Amino acid sequence: MIVGIDMGGTHIDGVIIDGGEIIKTTKNITDKDDLFKSIQTTLQQLLENIDKKKISRINLSTTISTNAIVENKVSKVGMIVQSGPGMNHDFSDAGDEVEFISGYIDHRGTVVKEVSKNEINDIKINFTKSRIDSIGVVSKFSTRNPSHEKQISNILEDDFDTITTGHRLSGKLNFPRRVHTTYLNAAVNRTFRDFSDSITRSLKKEGVDAPVYILKADGGTMDLDTAKNKPVETILSGPAASFMGLSALFAESEDGVLLDIGGTTTDIFFLANGVPLFEPLGISIGNHKTLIRSIYSVSIGLGGDSYVRVEDNELKIGPQRMGRPIAFSGEHLTSTDAMVTLGKINSGNKEKATLAMGKLAEKLNVSTQEAANKVLDEMAGLIKEKVNELLSEVNGKPVYTIKELLSYKVLEPQFINIIGGPAKILAPFLEEKFNIKVKYPKRYEVANAVGAALAKPTIEINMHADTERGILSVPEVGIYEKINKNYNLEMAENRALQIVKDSAIKIGAAADTIEAEIVESNSFNMIKGFSSASRNIRVRAQIAPGLIYDLKGEQ
Amino acid sequence: MAKVKNKLGLIFFPAFDWAISETHPEREERLLYTQDQIFEEGIEDIEGIEFYNPTIATEKDIARVHFAVPDVASRLTPSHLIAAGGAIRAYQAVMEKEVDKSFALVRPPGHHAHRIVYGDRGFCIVNIEAVALERIRQDYGDLKVAIIDTDAHHGDGTQDIYWNDKDTLFISFHQDGRTLYPGTGSIEEFGGPSAYGYNINIPLPPETGEEGFLYVLENVVMPILDDFKPDIIVNSAGQDNHYSDPLTNMNFTAQGYAILNERLNPDIAVLEGGYSIEGALPYINVGIILAMAGLDYSHVWEPDYDAERLKQDPSITAHIKKLSNVIYSLWKHKDELAKEAFKNKTKITREQNIYFDTAQVMEHQIQTYTICKDCAGVDFIDSENDKNAHIFAITIPRKACQKCIDKAYKMYDQSNKESFTKIYLQDRVNDKYLSK
Repeated sequence: MIVGIDMGGTHIDGVIIDGGEIIKTTKNITDKDDLFKSIQTTLQQLLENIDKKKISRINLSTTISTNAIVENKVSKVGMIVQSGPGMNHDFSDAGDEVEFISGYIDHRGTVVKEVSKNEINDIKINFTKSRIDSIGVVSKFSTRNPSHEKQISNILEDDFDTITTGHRLSGKLNFPRRVHTTYLNAAVNRTFRDFSDSITRSLKKEGVDAPVYILKADGGTMDLDTAKNKPVETILSGPAASFMGLSALFAESEDGVLLDIGGTTTDIFFLANGVPLFEPLGISIGNHKTLIRSIYSVSIGLGGDSYVRVEDNELKIGPQRMGRPIAFSGEHLTSTDAMVTLGKINSGNKEKATLAMGKLAEKLNVSTQEAANKVLDEMAGLIKEKVNELLSEVNGKPVYTIKELLSYKVLEPQFINIIGGPAKILAPFLEEKFNIKVKYPKRYEVANAVGAALAKPTIEINMHADTERGILSVPEVGIYEKINKNYNLEMAENRALQIVKDSAIKIGAAADTIEAEIVESNSFNMIKGFSSASRNIRVRAQIAPGLIYDLKGEQ
Repeated sequence: MAKVKNKLGLIFFPAFDWAISETHPEREERLLYTQDQIFEEGIEDIEGIEFYNPTIATEKDIARVHFAVPDVASRLTPSHLIAAGGAIRAYQAVMEKEVDKSFALVRPPGHHAHRIVYGDRGFCIVNIEAVALERIRQDYGDLKVAIIDTDAHHGDGTQDIYWNDKDTLFISFHQDGRTLYPGTGSIEEFGGPSAYGYNINIPLPPETGEEGFLYVLENVVMPILDDFKPDIIVNSAGQDNHYSDPLTNMNFTAQGYAILNERLNPDIAVLEGGYSIEGALPYINVGIILAMAGLDYSHVWEPDYDAERLKQDPSITAHIKKLSNVIYSLWKHKDELAKEAFKNKTKITREQNIYFDTAQVMEHQIQTYTICKDCAGVDFIDSENDKNAHIFAITIPRKACQKCIDKAYKMYDQSNKESFTKIYLQDRVNDKYLSK
C-alpha cells in the first residue's frame, strides 16, 4: 500500500493505492499557516480503518520549502563566492551577506590560485558577528574540482548551523545558477529539517513505520535524509506531481501536450516520444534561476476561477483571479460561471451565474448561451496560443553536433491529456481548437496525489574525466578521484551507470527496478602539439522519472 | 542580473563531431573549453542574449561565391554548409532585427578560401563570411559592408573574393606575411580597377601587443570606416593574435580583443582562426560576447595574464606608427592613385599561385578584370592545377550593366569545352550559376 500526498497552494490531496488500484482519496483546503497540520489531518483521514502495517511507503509532495522562499521566512545566509576572472556577477540577491574571495580554478579543474585561509578566517569572524545561521560556498568550476569549496567548508563547519557547497547540488556548468541554488539550499535548510522532524515524530505517534519519500521537481523522489541535505530539491514539486499523475493515468509513446487546469492557473507540459521534456538547466523561483532538475512546466493565469469581463469591446479572461465564481457566492464573473450557465456543472447557483453571464452577453451583443460558449472557446484559444508559443521556443533548442543538427527533432504534439477540475468540460473546446485527440481520465481530480504516490526515485549525475590531469569527478555524489591514463569512454559509462544505481538505492530505489541510462556521452581527444595524448570525457547518466507501477483500469 | 546595451544573437555551433583529421588544430576539441566557459559564466541566462542554431547553406549559396572544382557537392562536407549557415543566421538575426548584433561562433573557418576552390587550404574550404554576405545581398538588396579581419593570418581568400568590389571594404590586420602563412597581405595589395583602395592590408610585426593593435584600430581602421560609412561592419574574428597561440607570434590579449570589439562596434562577428583552445579562446570569446552585448568585460583575463611580460617593444610601436601613416595616406589618395594605375587600360590581369596545403594541390591562375565605365565590369579566371584540372570561370558582378551581362554570356557560350575541364558562369545579377 502506498500513500501519496500532494500539498498544493489551495488544496491538499491524498490517496492510497494498493496493487494498482486507488482505494481511498481525500481532498482538503490547505491551511497556509500550519502546513504540517494540513498533512497530519490528511494522513489521519487516509489511515482511518487502514492496516498501518501494510503501508509500504509514503510519498509526499510538499510546498514547505517553496513557501519559505516565497514568503522569505528563511535562515540568514552568508555566501562565500570565488568568481575568478570572467563576468562581473552581481549576487546581491543571493544571500544576506555575500563575500567575494580570491583564488581560482579554471575550466579544466586546475588550481590557478589558492584560497587565502586568512581571508576565510576574517569572513568567519564577520559572519559570526552578524549572526549568520547558514553558509553557502561556491567556487567557479567547482564541478571540475571541488577542493576550494571543501577547504573553505572545513574552516567554517564547526561554527555554523549548516554549510552547503555548490558542487554537491549539481554537476552542470552554470556558476550564477550554482550560487543561487546554493543560497536557496542554505536558506531553507532549517525549515525543512524542522518539518521533516515533525513528520517523523507524527508518523511514529500514528504507529506508521513506513519510509517517507519526498517528491522533487523532476518527477522523482528522494528519501527524507537526502532531502534534509538537499531541501532545495523539494521546491516546486507540485507540477511534477500533476505530471506524474498524468503519466500514471495514460501511457503514451508519442509527442503530446499535458495540461493541468486548476482554479487559478493552467500548467502546461510536453512529452517527446512519450518522455517528459525537462528544463534545460533547472527551475526558476522568483528571481532565482537554479540548477534544480525539473520537468519543463509553464504556468499561465487561466483556470476555473479566472476573471471574465469585456474590455475595449473584447472578451478578456484572466490572468487574475478576483475570488470565487458568482455561482459559488463570489462577486466577479468567472469561467466556472460560464460552465454553470451552460449546465455543464450541476452545482452552484445557476440563476445568479446566468444573470451575470447575460450582462456580459449584452456587452458582446450575443445571446447568453453564445457568450458562455465564447468564454470556453476563448479559454481553449488562450491555451493554444501559449502552447504554440512554447513549442516554438522548445523547438529552437540549441544543438552542438552536426548529427543532431541534420536530424533535428521537432516536437509535434499528437494528443492532449488533461487533468484538473474543468478538464472534462474544456476537452471538446480544446479538441476543436487544436484538431488533435484530447483525453481526460476518470479520476482527474486526484491525479496529482496519484502522481506523488507512484513516483520513483530519480537521480542525475554529470561525470567529467580528464586523463591528462588523471582525475574523475562526479560532483553530485562527491566523487573526486584519481584515474589512470588509459581510462576511456566505455569505462566511464559503466562507472556512471554503477554510480547512478548505487545512489538510487541510497535514496530508496528497489535494486531490481532501477533503469539507469546514459543521456549524454562524449570523449574528446586532447592534443598536445600534434599528437593525441589524452582524453576529456563527459558522461551524463540518470534514472528518468517513472512509476512504481501502472494503474489498473483508470483510463 | 546584468542588463545588455545591445541585444546579441549567438550562433554557437562547436561541431563536436567533426575534424579535418584527428590531431589537426581544427578538431572536435577546439570549442570545447569555450563552451565550458560560456556555460559556466551563465551567458545563456542573460536577458538579451539569444542562442540560435545555424541554418544550413545551400549549394547555390556556395556557387554564388565560389567556383568549386569539380563541383560543390564533392568539395564540401555538411560541416562547411553548417558553418556558412551559421554566418547566414548571424546576418539574418540582425537584418530581421531579432537582435542588434550577432556573433557566429562556428567552425571550420573560411577566410583563406578564394574564389576558386580545389580543396582545403589554411583550414578553409568555404569563405563563410562571403557566402553569408552574398546570400544576404540577394535577399535584402544592396548593402555597403566593411569586413575587418582581425585574424593573425592574412585574410587572402576574402581579399580575393572582394578584390574588385567597391561596396565591400576589406581591411585585414595580421602578422606580416613575410613571417607567417599565407605570405600575402602587403600594403601594395590594394584592390582591383573598380575598387582600388578598398582592399587594405595592415601587416604587423611579430610580437605586436595590445598597444599596437589598438593604435592601428584608432588611427587607421576607425578613420577609414568614418569615411566609408558602411551599412554593416563585420568582424572576421580570428583569435590567433593571442600571445598563447601555438601557430603565430603575436602578443594580443583577451582584454585587447574585448576593447577592440567595443570600439570597432561590429554588427556581426564571425569566428575565424585561433588555436590556443584552452588558454585563450575561452577568455577571448567571453570577452567578445560581453563587449558586443555592451556588458562589463573588465574582469575577463587569462589566468596567466602578465601585463609586464606582454609589453610592446618601443621599436615595434614606432614601426606601427609609421606604417599607419602610410596606409591612411594611401586610402586618402586612392582615387588619384587609381587614375594613374589604370589610365588608358581596358583590362587588368592579376596572376596568382595558390597552394592548397591540406589538399596538396598547386594552382596557377590568371584573373582578368575588364574595365567598364558603367559598372564594375566582367571578370574571368583561367586556372590550372597540378592535378590536371584546367578551368575557366566568368563572373558577372552584382550591379553589372546589360552590356557586360550579354558579354559574359557570350563568352560562356563561346568558350571551347575542349580547352578546359570545366567552364563556369557566375551571374550574380540574375542569381544564376552555370557550368559545363
